[in-house]
Amino acid sequence: MADPLLRIDNLKIEATAQPPGEAPRRITIVDGVSLELEKGKVLGLIGESGAGKSTIGLSAMGYGRGGIELTGGEIVLNGREIREASGRTLRSLRGAEVTYVAQSAAAAFNPAKCLMDQVVEASVSHGRATRAVAEARAVELFRKLGLPEPETFGSRYPHQVSGGQLQRAMTAMALCPEPDLVIFDEPTTALDVTTQLGVLSAIKTAIREQGVAALYITHDLAVVAQIADDIMVLRQGKTVEYGTTEQIITAPQEEYTRALVSVTAKAHEEKITELPPVLEIEGLNARYRGMDRNVLSDINLAIQPGTTLAVVGESGSGKSTLARVITGLLPPVSGKITFDGRVLPAERKRRTREDLRELQMVYQMADVAMNPRQTVGTIIGRPLRFYFGMKGREQRRRVIELLDQIELGEEFIDRYPAELSGGQKQRVCIARALAAKPKLIICDEVTSALDPLVAEGILKLLADLQAREQVSYLFITHDIATVRAIADTIAVMHLGKLVRYGRKSEVLAPPFDDYTDMLLKSVPEMRLGWMEEVAAG
Amino acid sequence: MNAYIAKLVAQRIALGLLLIFLVSIMIFLGTQILPGDVAQAILGQTATPESLANLREELGLNASATERYFSWLTGILHGDLGTSLSNGRDIASAISERLGNTLFLASWAALISVPLAIILGLVSVLYRGRWPDKVISAATLSAISVPEFMMSYILMYYVAVQLGWAPSVAMLNDRMSLLEKLHAISLPIAVLVMVVLAHMMRMTRAALLNVMQSAYIETAELKGIRRSAVIWRHAFPNSIAPIVNVVMLNMAYLVVGVVVVEVVFVYPGMGQYLVDHVSKRDVPVVQACGLIFAAVYIFLNMVADIVSILANPRLRHPK
Repeated sequence: MADPLLRIDNLKIEATAQPPGEAPRRITIVDGVSLELEKGKVLGLIGESGAGKSTIGLSAMGYGRGGIELTGGEIVLNGREIREASGRTLRSLRGAEVTYVAQSAAAAFNPAKCLMDQVVEASVSHGRATRAVAEARAVELFRKLGLPEPETFGSRYPHQVSGGQLQRAMTAMALCPEPDLVIFDEPTTALDVTTQLGVLSAIKTAIREQGVAALYITHDLAVVAQIADDIMVLRQGKTVEYGTTEQIITAPQEEYTRALVSVTAKAHEEKITELPPVLEIEGLNARYRGMDRNVLSDINLAIQPGTTLAVVGESGSGKSTLARVITGLLPPVSGKITFDGRVLPAERKRRTREDLRELQMVYQMADVAMNPRQTVGTIIGRPLRFYFGMKGREQRRRVIELLDQIELGEEFIDRYPAELSGGQKQRVCIARALAAKPKLIICDEVTSALDPLVAEGILKLLADLQAREQVSYLFITHDIATVRAIADTIAVMHLGKLVRYGRKSEVLAPPFDDYTDMLLKSVPEMRLGWMEEVAAG
Repeated sequence: MNAYIAKLVAQRIALGLLLIFLVSIMIFLGTQILPGDVAQAILGQTATPESLANLREELGLNASATERYFSWLTGILHGDLGTSLSNGRDIASAISERLGNTLFLASWAALISVPLAIILGLVSVLYRGRWPDKVISAATLSAISVPEFMMSYILMYYVAVQLGWAPSVAMLNDRMSLLEKLHAISLPIAVLVMVVLAHMMRMTRAALLNVMQSAYIETAELKGIRRSAVIWRHAFPNSIAPIVNVVMLNMAYLVVGVVVVEVVFVYPGMGQYLVDHVSKRDVPVVQACGLIFAAVYIFLNMVADIVSILANPRLRHPK
C-alpha cells in the first residue's frame, strides 16, 4: 500500500513553562500520538481544552506556538519528514501543500489588507498560480462557500464582513492554493448555531469537491460527527480512542468517550410553582446612548421563586443587554422591573444595598471576573463583609461552608485564581454570588467558555444549589443543550424582541415559529447524516 | 475619502488652531509675569523715572495687558511680529531667514534619520534577539546617551580638526551651492540624526513587535511567507500610527530642540536667535520665537494625528 498523505508516529511534544517566580520546567503536551490520514479523508481530533489537539494540528505544519518543541516521533507529509525539516523546507510546505483555518477568523485576518489580497497571497507567493488565476479561483471558492457577491467580496476589508463570512473567507483562503491537507482548528466554535450550520456544510462541500484531506479539530463531538471519516479522542495529550466516526458515536469503547457522547443527552424535569414571581419585567424598552433604535423592545418576563428562566438567542439578540438593564447598569428607556414585590429603581446608584444583595451575577469569563491578586477566601469573603459585616473567624467559617457547597475543599481558601482550573474558577464565582444569599442570580453564559464535561458539572451544581437554597436563575445562553438541561421557563430572543416565551415543555414543543424552528434545527445532533437531513429540509 | 474622515480631519485642524490660540495667550502671559518690564530691562542701570516713563509710553506699555495682547495678536495675524527692542529690526524678516536655516537643517536631519530609523527598526525585528538586533540597539542607545553638546565637540574634534573632513563651524551664505551647504552642516546633521535615531528606532521596533503578537501574523507565517515579507507586508501597515506619532515628535524636536546644536556649531538658526535675545531680554522676539516653535510642534503633531486617522482601515473603508 502506498504511503498515506500524512503519517504521525509516536509524536511527542514538549514545552518549557515558566510560571512567574518559579524555575522553568518541562511539560509534556502530547505524548505518543500516532495517526494516519489518506488523501481526501477527514480526521476529527476531539478533546477538551489542554488535550493537545491544536498542538497536534499545527505540528503537521512543523509549527509550534511559543516555546513548544516537537521533541520525538515522526511526522511525514507527502513522503517528507517534517519534524526536523529546515525552515526553508517548512516554508515551502506551509500555504502550499498544507494550509490552516484558525478558530477566530476575525483575529486571523490582517485588518489593514483587503480580503482578496490575503486569500491569494499564499498561492501567488509560492508560485502555485498567477495573481489572475488565483483571483479567479478565489471568486469561485467564495461562490461555493455561499459568500454574498462573490465577484466583489474580495475587495472588502475584514471589519466590513460578519464573523460567519470571515470564517468562510478563511476556508477559501486555505483552499485557494489547492493544498493536499487543510487543518481546521475549531472553525465554527466561535459562531452562533445557525451560522455554524451554514459554515460547516460549506466546508464539507468544499473539501469533498476539491478532494482535499483535512484534520478537523473541535471539542464538539456532534459537530465532528457530521464531517469526519475517522475520529481520534484525545485527553491530556494522549490518545483515548481512535476509530471510524460511526464506531466512536455508536459504540464507544472507552469510559471517557462514552461520557463525551452522552454529555448532551441530559434533560431536566420542569418545575412549576404558583408563587408570586421574584422578578417581573413589564414593557421594557432599552437602548444604548447614541443609538436611534431600541436594543430591547417591549420585553415582558417573569421568574418564579426557585425556578430557572433561560434566555436564549444568538449574539446581538439583546440577551446580555437584558442582564445589564435588570442589574441597573443600563437604565431602560421605559418599562417596569418589579423585584420581590417592589419596583426597582432604574439606576443602580439609586438601589438600596438590599436590592443589590438579593440580585447577584455570575459572568461568562470567570478569569476576568476575579481579582487575580486576591485569594479565594478574600474573594468569597468580600460580599460576606459588605452585606453582613462578617469578619475574622466567623467569615472564614462561612467561606468554608460555601466552598463545601460548591464541592471544593477547605484547602482552596488560600489559593489564587491562577491556581484554579476553568471549572473551579466558575465555581468560586458562583460561591461569591451565593455568599450574598440572593433571591435571583443572573448567569450570563456561565458555561460557554468551559469544556462539555466541566460545563455539565457546573449545571448540576447550579441545579443542586437551587433545590437546596430556593434561589432563582436567569440563565443567559446561546446553547440549546444547556437550556434543555436547566430551564423551567424559556424566553427566545431575536433582534431585541421576545419571539417565544413560556414553559419549557411548551416552548420546545411544536408548532414552532420560524425563528425557534431554525434555532432548534441548527443544533448539531450526535448522529451520522444529521447535517444532510437538515440541508435537505 | 469619505465624509466621516473629512469630519475627523477637520476636527483635528480646528483643534490645532484652537491650541495655537491658547498657546499664544500662555506665551503672552508668561512674558508678562517676568519681574520688571521691558523698559526697565532696556534702560538697565541708566534708568531714571522720567526716561522709564517716556519709554513705556513709546512702547505702549501703559495700555492694559488685554489691549496689548490683542494688538499683538492682530499684528501676528497680519504677518507683523513686531520690532525687536534690542536692535529695532523687524522681527518677521529677521526670523524668516533664521527659520529657513533651521528648517533646512532639520529637514535634512529628518530626511536621513526617519528612513534610517524605520529600516533599522524593521531589521532589528527581523533579527530579533540575534546579533544585528543587539548591535543596532547598543549603537543607537549609546548615541542617545551621550549629551548633544558632548557629541558635537567629539565630532568636531575628530572629524573637523583631526581629519579635516568637515568644517567645525556651520556657516551658510547665499553664494553656496546645495552641496556646499550640506557639507557645511554635515556635522550638526550627524549629531541631530544620532540624537533622534534611537528613539524612533526603538519605537518602530516596539510597535512592530507588538503587532507581531497578533493572530494574523501567525496566519501569514502559516502561509509560508518569508519573515521579511511578513514584517513588511503584514506587520508594518498595522504599526504606522504609533510610528508616525513618534516620528512627528522627533521632527518637532529637530525644529524646536536644536538650540544646543546650533549654539555649539554657531549655526545661524532660530535656536541661536532665541538664545541671543533671551539674554538681551528682548521680549517681542522671545514671544515671536515661542509662538513659532509652538506652531511647529502643534502642526507636526496634527499631521501625525491625521496620518493615523488615514492609516486606519476601519475609518478608510467604513461598513
